[in-house]
Amino acid sequence: MIAGFQFLGERVLQSLTRLGRGHLFLLQILAAIPAVLLRPRLIVAQIFSVGVLSLIIIIVSGTFVGMVLGLQGYYTLVQFGATESLGVLVALSLLRELGPVVTALLFAGRAGSALTAEIGLMKSTEQLSSMEMMAVDPIRRVIGPRFLASFFALPLLAMIFSFLGVMGGYVIGVNMLGIDDGAFWSQTQAAVSFYDDVLNGLIKAIVFGFVAAWIAVFEGYDATPTSEGISRATTRTVVNTSLAVLGLDFILTALMFG
Amino acid sequence: MVEIRGLHFTRGQRKIFDGVDIDIRRGEVTAIMGPSGTGKTTLLRLIGGQLRPDAGTIKVDGIDVHRLRRKELYQLRRRMGMLFQSGALFTDLNVFENVAFPLREHTDLPESLIRHLVLMKLEAVGLRGARELAPTELSGGMARRVALARAIALDPSMIMYDEPFTGQDPISMGVLVKLIRLLNDALGLTSILVSHDVQESAEIADRIYVLSGGQVIESGTPEELWQSDSPWVQQFLQGEADGPVPFHFPGGSYRDDLLTGKQRGGRR
Amino acid sequence: MQTSRVVEIWVGIFVALGLAALLGLAVQVSNLTEFRQGPTYELTASFRNIGNLKPRAPVTVGGVRIGRVASIELNPETWRADVVLEIDARFQGLPAETDARIMTAGLLGEQYIGLTPGAPGFGYLEDGDEIEYTQPALVLEDLIGTFMVRQIEGE
Repeated sequence: MIAGFQFLGERVLQSLTRLGRGHLFLLQILAAIPAVLLRPRLIVAQIFSVGVLSLIIIIVSGTFVGMVLGLQGYYTLVQFGATESLGVLVALSLLRELGPVVTALLFAGRAGSALTAEIGLMKSTEQLSSMEMMAVDPIRRVIGPRFLASFFALPLLAMIFSFLGVMGGYVIGVNMLGIDDGAFWSQTQAAVSFYDDVLNGLIKAIVFGFVAAWIAVFEGYDATPTSEGISRATTRTVVNTSLAVLGLDFILTALMFG
Repeated sequence: MVEIRGLHFTRGQRKIFDGVDIDIRRGEVTAIMGPSGTGKTTLLRLIGGQLRPDAGTIKVDGIDVHRLRRKELYQLRRRMGMLFQSGALFTDLNVFENVAFPLREHTDLPESLIRHLVLMKLEAVGLRGARELAPTELSGGMARRVALARAIALDPSMIMYDEPFTGQDPISMGVLVKLIRLLNDALGLTSILVSHDVQESAEIADRIYVLSGGQVIESGTPEELWQSDSPWVQQFLQGEADGPVPFHFPGGSYRDDLLTGKQRGGRR
Repeated sequence: MQTSRVVEIWVGIFVALGLAALLGLAVQVSNLTEFRQGPTYELTASFRNIGNLKPRAPVTVGGVRIGRVASIELNPETWRADVVLEIDARFQGLPAETDARIMTAGLLGEQYIGLTPGAPGFGYLEDGDEIEYTQPALVLEDLIGTFMVRQIEGE
């Protein structure tokens, strides 16, 4: 019984410590950002590895998610004789929810886990330590560029995802199922607001980018420097990012569209 | 050059240092020896300011390392080189870029000058020909030599070696031993060497400190150490299995453990 | 240095793709272009019941879109809903006799305002004028209610 309480208390204390460390770490990163911005080449190199290398998965998933939405939406709408609204359904679900959320989840799996593993490995092979001993701040040289690159890349990926999704829905609806081309777009344009839907979706993606970037670099930096520790940190990145993104999505949705 | 006074440091429950005094003289190679787990690496990190002592002072060049503000500490570190046990080369850069790294980070030298400097440092460790290789293509000994070239890239006045001989074949070991001594004398460095390889350390060190149980138990030139009458030092130098340092990790009686037949130590 | 050039080009392509997607979403999918469409003039119309009409709903003449609903407010004096319409400035000179009714696209679709131009000769509607002839929205519950009452009376 007492051991149970002890265990519980230990766990709570541990999580609180980690939460505190994570936020202090974030402050350190934010403080380092001005210095990082002076080295745009480092950021560009990281955008390549987190953004460009995630393009394929985003392009493929975006298109297919849009196509599936098109099919499913059509079968539902056809019962109400409202198939022209298919564009609205596809565009709104993608812009408001699926685009930012699915992109963030895929990003956590593709780029976030890789970032965590990379930083964890740099820590375990003493690369970060040796950098510090060379009077180079690893937060500025290693963490900052990776953080900024992820933060920057995710919204772009989300936009690509949403756009290709709408296109996928269009191809299914108009080319395959024979919805009128003009009606598809005019209904969509009438119902989708740039400020309420496109920009709010973009804001979501920016928030998710921030959180995903933060979790990925923190888990890497905080990893126990053993191979087991790194693999656990990688898992934690994916799990924590997914949970954080879904939770934040609910809050943001309630604030924006409530 | 380095003056350590009354150093105390604990990690978790364990006392790593319990009142350590060490003096490292300019221009000498000082070896700090002791069995694994006596915190030799920790000592280097304390000197480099990566860790803070619980009590005591560490002065480098008369400057108290742990009184410095971050910026000043980074200034001081530019004058220190450190060679990590694994070499700690940056895996995403090739050999040339690894050595160029400190130069690019801390100076605005033109590319041609950086090239000259890097080739010079690589030549000094005999690896000029390997400059295009990736760190993963290097053997352990070569990686350490590249790391050494990187550590001296900014012409530090002091260099710290963390277990440079561990896990090396006799030839690489010989090369490293020669290099450490050579660089120390040619560049007028002060070298601190952390190691438990008795032969090699004794060969190049001007002065040796032996650590155990969080304290310095013997110090002096290698010759003085061999003369030491401390049974502990003798066990360490001779590499005997049993002695003042027992072979067995402290535990209950073997017989009891066998007879109870229960898993006592481990948690499932 | 060669590799870093390739990296830079790819990052450039990536950023361009992202921005192009945003632009595509803005222009093709959302109503951003509509906001930017040339000058408009305003008409008002007052309805007894607007049903489910929302701001930004289309305003059409003969099924062709000529503007949108700018705002809907309840007038506390008349207890009617005052609707402000933004009409594209290209469509000047609607007859004063024009009437406005709230229509539904399909059985359950979105509601919009359909204008039916009346007979010419009584002047034209200009910026700030009110459309006097309005018909309220068809409320499904009312329709069903009326239908049921008639059924009962008919028995």
